[in-house]
Amino acid sequence: MDLMLNQFLFLGAILFCIGVYGVLARRNAVMVLMSIELILNSVNINLVAFSTMWGVASGAVFALFVIAVAAAEVGVGLALVLMLYRNMRSIDVDRVDLMKG
Amino acid sequence: MSAGILATMASVAQTGIEPISGPIGIEPISAPVDGAVPTPEITWAALLPLIILGLGGLLLLTLSSLLKRKAPRALYPIWTIATAVLAVASVVPVWAKVQGFNSILWWDFRDLWWQPATTAPGPFSTLGGAYGVDGFSLFVTVLICCAVILTTLLISGYLQREELDGPEPYALLLLAATGGVVMAGANDLIVLFLGLETISIAVYVLAASHLRRAQSQEAGLKYFILGGFSSAFFLYGIAMVYGATGTTNLVLIKSSLAESIPRHDLLLLVGFAMLLVGFGFKVAAVPFHSWSPDVYDGAPSPVVAFMASAVKVAGFAALVRVFVAGFGQYAADWQPLIYALAVLSLVVGSSLAIVQTNVKRTLAYSSISHAGFILIAVEAASETGTAAVLFYAAAYTFMVAGSFGVATLVGRAGDGRHSLDDYKGLGRTNPVLAGTLTIFLLAQAGVPFTVGFVAKFYAVIAAVQAGSAALGVVAMLSAVIAAFLYLRIIVAMYMAEGDDGGSDAPADPADHIHVPRPAAAALAICVLVTIGFGLFPGWLTDMAADSTVVLVEQGSTDASTALPGGQTLIVDDEGNLVPAGDGAVAPTEASDPSADPATGDGAVEAPQVQDPAAAEGTASVERP
Amino acid sequence: MGVQIVVFAVCAIVALLGALGVVFARNPVHSALGLVATLFAIAVLFVNQNAQFLGVVQVIVYTGAIVVLILFVIMLLGVDTDEDLDTEPLLGQRWAAVIVALLLIGGIAGIFFVEGRGEAVTGQVAALAPIVPGIPSTDAQGNPTTAAGVDTFVRALPAEQQQAIGEQNITQIGEHLFTDYVFAFMITAALLTIAVIGAVLMARRPKRYEPMPELEDTSYEDVDELSTTGEVTG
Repeated sequence: MDLMLNQFLFLGAILFCIGVYGVLARRNAVMVLMSIELILNSVNINLVAFSTMWGVASGAVFALFVIAVAAAEVGVGLALVLMLYRNMRSIDVDRVDLMKG
Repeated sequence: MSAGILATMASVAQTGIEPISGPIGIEPISAPVDGAVPTPEITWAALLPLIILGLGGLLLLTLSSLLKRKAPRALYPIWTIATAVLAVASVVPVWAKVQGFNSILWWDFRDLWWQPATTAPGPFSTLGGAYGVDGFSLFVTVLICCAVILTTLLISGYLQREELDGPEPYALLLLAATGGVVMAGANDLIVLFLGLETISIAVYVLAASHLRRAQSQEAGLKYFILGGFSSAFFLYGIAMVYGATGTTNLVLIKSSLAESIPRHDLLLLVGFAMLLVGFGFKVAAVPFHSWSPDVYDGAPSPVVAFMASAVKVAGFAALVRVFVAGFGQYAADWQPLIYALAVLSLVVGSSLAIVQTNVKRTLAYSSISHAGFILIAVEAASETGTAAVLFYAAAYTFMVAGSFGVATLVGRAGDGRHSLDDYKGLGRTNPVLAGTLTIFLLAQAGVPFTVGFVAKFYAVIAAVQAGSAALGVVAMLSAVIAAFLYLRIIVAMYMAEGDDGGSDAPADPADHIHVPRPAAAALAICVLVTIGFGLFPGWLTDMAADSTVVLVEQGSTDASTALPGGQTLIVDDEGNLVPAGDGAVAPTEASDPSADPATGDGAVEAPQVQDPAAAEGTASVERP
Repeated sequence: MGVQIVVFAVCAIVALLGALGVVFARNPVHSALGLVATLFAIAVLFVNQNAQFLGVVQVIVYTGAIVVLILFVIMLLGVDTDEDLDTEPLLGQRWAAVIVALLLIGGIAGIFFVEGRGEAVTGQVAALAPIVPGIPSTDAQGNPTTAAGVDTFVRALPAEQQQAIGEQNITQIGEHLFTDYVFAFMITAALLTIAVIGAVLMARRPKRYEPMPELEDTSYEDVDELSTTGEVTG
């Protein structure tokens, strides 16, 4: 059975780069959060591919933990975004800039 | 036959595995065959610091929800400090176990019921090899607990002043400390990552916790976005290393790297680079530092004290553990990267600090240059280097907590008065506070007879011994540049006239800053440590030198490393550490039984422990 | 075999299109829907890779909980907040982002096509199998045997063993979770607790709700003005 490892890794790499682009180029904090999710998913693709390659389940277990961490991050991140919006009426990460120096 | 694989997979940690024989059937999987899945050995005593910190945080929350508003104001800080102190106390017997002696002063550990189950002294790992207990992790544990205590003392007055009282910040502090302790001892990259996320998420929230200050929330969001971004890089790096080696356990990674060069070691090298990006963000090393001035400026000042001390210490601990201990085989590959990070941090940190007009931002840049100093000790990738990292981390924790402690007080209600102008005339209006800050700043500058000098000295020594003399020169030059910025603040406090009038005007009582008693205690502790270990660094250097980082597999105790040998720092008659030639064994101070394995009536219980192989055999037999 | 490749191709294309949608869509809701597409395609890929449990978790947790949470927040903040994508956030930031992304993809792709030093130096293939749990290439005493058959990057396991791994995926994951990774499991619990505490702390409104007046010139009115006029500050 061909594992198509290279294809999987390549897909992961492209997703990673799209995510990095999103984080750097978008200004809406929620969009940035979604881009980070993309990166985490690319990591998961890699982990599962490597897990199959080595024939052990540890990579899949790691991916589970990554999903849990992503959930925690999103929870905290969205709470932050909501709080900021409540106070400043904007979630633009460039516009929200009181401390420039 | 699926049972065969199942049993193989499950029992592989304990026994050599046998090849799968026979065809693999498709019978449905029933309950675990061959009895049960072997549960991992857990040495609870070694986990006590973690358990105390975590449980303390959770109980604090429970208590607060039960008491509602009836809880006295002092309850939460006292609870937090008690928890941290208890955690430090619980480290002591484990430290004795790791260092191989039976008693410290009058405290005999041999009969304690929570003595670690393994008989052999020396570093060990527990929980399926996921958590390593060695001098290094214990030292860092104590440091993080100290940071929690100092921060708690500072934040209790702060919360009262800003009308933000509540149990959550304290609970978050304790849980963040749990994450830091996990990072310090993580022998598995998964565990390391989870510890990193635990401390990070708690600190994101703490940074944003000033609900009425938009800068604080902005700082929280910035820290969160860049932190999440860097965590993602870190994770990608772990995935790469996993791909190259097939495991996330540092012990197994190390042995696999020692056995052979992975065919696709580019995967490994890219993994190193990605991991370093992640670490660079966490410890705020240039070029990944851009968040730190903004976040330090906006976040509540006591929280900044915690970020600059505990978070950085945990980050460096993990860095040393992963790179120096885990990837030591590949030192030649990652050292140039750390070299570059160190030089950039030193130069950029100290030169950009000079042009700042905000004291918190200045301190942020200076903390970047401190990170550079620690990085040059990491770059040495030696035992001396590790000891220097620990000593610097310890010194830095107290210096920076003290500095930001003063900033907390000078910031006054609203936590907004941090410009250099606000410090003008402080020497006249608040002489004690100004004097305290002066001590911390001088210590950070590395003036002799302060702990900062000793720390910088050892970092440079470690670099020079490892053959990077150029790095030492850069470090000393940057220290000279940095001295200027500290002097600038001191000059502002004593020399410059206040905006309100001439210097001979009597001090306005309104300018007098109220110092809450807990904050005064915190500052006093920091001053004591800064001066005390500056004058008599011997004890702390001993501790740091004893705290070697060792990666040990689960179920074996590395008795050969129990008694630290081959140190390159020795104690001279005055109790000062002086560098000695390679391979010199440190004569330990006779007056200090706690640091001396020989005087703790050295007879270890089991005679066979001197032989690692025998120790391993006994350990696996005696396991319940 | 053939089916697998087709499934992979379709899912990869969907995932990439969805990801591009996340990054380039003007409307946040469209972005979120793109994210759903990506996550779902990745879940199918997981199942395709014999990681069934992970695929299910991916759908339930990611698409079911996380994206819905994100959508909730987007709706709460107002769906009409289209982002002005034509103006650069910072001068040249977008180009910098493109360059960084291309560099990264180049670097990572290089891994697949450039030979590592390992073979050149030792002529030895990755002899890691002996130390990796679960790969039966050690003899009874636990001594490493020769890692024969590891001569390509794609380490081909015997077909029947792979099948077995797929079938026992859930059991294996369970065993790993409660043996090797039990510590990680516990820390995850602490992590989720922290997330809850943090969300509660930030959802709380202070007694005086009005934001404090700022010492600097950046008052809240300025910020409001900026966000209504849509000016971009450099």
